[in-house]
Amino acid sequence: MKSLAELKAIREKARDSVVMRKENPNNIRVVVGMATCGIAAGARPVLQAFVEEVARRGLDNVIVTQTGCIGLCRLEPIVEVYVPGQEKVTYVKMTAEKVAKVVANHLVNGVVVDEYAIGSAQ
Amino acid sequence: MNELSLHMLDVAQNSLSAGAANVRLSVCDDAQGIRRLSVEDDGCGMSEEMLRRVCSPFATSRTTRRVGLGIPLLKMAAELTGGGLSIESRQGQGTSVEARFVLGHIDCPPLGDMGGTMQLLIQQRPDIHFVYRRSVPGGGFELDTDELKTQLEEVPLDHPDVLAFIRQFVNEQEKQLVEVHE
Ligand SMILES: Nc1ncnc2c1ncn2[C@@H]1O[C@H](COP(=O)(O)OP(=O)(O)OP(=O)(O)O)[C@@H](O)[C@H]1O
Ligand SMILES: [Mg+2]
Repeated sequence: MKSLAELKAIREKARDSVVMRKENPNNIRVVVGMATCGIAAGARPVLQAFVEEVARRGLDNVIVTQTGCIGLCRLEPIVEVYVPGQEKVTYVKMTAEKVAKVVANHLVNGVVVDEYAIGSAQ
Repeated sequence: MNELSLHMLDVAQNSLSAGAANVRLSVCDDAQGIRRLSVEDDGCGMSEEMLRRVCSPFATSRTTRRVGLGIPLLKMAAELTGGGLSIESRQGQGTSVEARFVLGHIDCPPLGDMGGTMQLLIQQRPDIHFVYRRSVPGGGFELDTDELKTQLEEVPLDHPDVLAFIRQFVNEQEKQLVEVHE
């Protein structure tokens, strides 16, 4: 059973590794649409999977954020990936299962997962 | 939406858009079998005109599409169980949304991953003071981000280990609450 006392252990462990995440222009940004249309289509587990996978791999150059309605409700859950110096990539009809591949191929190795991207995944 | 915790996440998004500094969420079951979900914020509030229109799926201040869906969906879900929805709002002061669900009704969705909802709200806006209060007749628990901050000192709320803790904490407390009070 989790109790607040456990936070002390987390604090001790995290203290040494806490690097303040400065606003760095070289960071990759992953933006998940979390308006009603996104949430109803399953955006919560997608966002959760990104947060967990990015943490698991210790990718401290990746910022995972949320936004409102992207304006393509029928293609939700939608995820936009911004790599500095490159064009934005929009992934549509995302699922938690697809997240690991996007993280490994796109965020780590810089290769867009075309099959999930808008245009081919519809 | 097939989980009440998804509605909570969605309604709380409105509070974040409204510029709230404090957001209080609660899920309270009473002895009569009514479950009250509420989200209270100190954001910008709504005009009386907006407040009157907000339950129709055409009221929205968003610009990407012309209909707002969040509140009408919650209202529909609550009414489907024989419950209902009420909103109070004052411009410049804040808003409180309360939905009542009849627990025994076959159309009443389960609470679901409320830990995930809190985890992602805090991940999105670690600067906001969130309180989540859960109660059933005879018991309850609370998650208060100010309390977490005191424990964590310089470690931020959106540290991955802290976010994982938040989800597990809420879901374990929920499980225990249900087991003990059933
Ligand atoms: N807590 C709040 N504070 C201030 N205004 C609010 C609040 N909740 C709702 N509103 C107003 O009511 C409108 C309708 O809300 P609703 O959640 O139904 O739709 P939406 O947020 O506009 O879009 P969607 O929920 O479909 O993503 C909002 O656009 C906003 O103007
Ligand atoms: Mg909304």
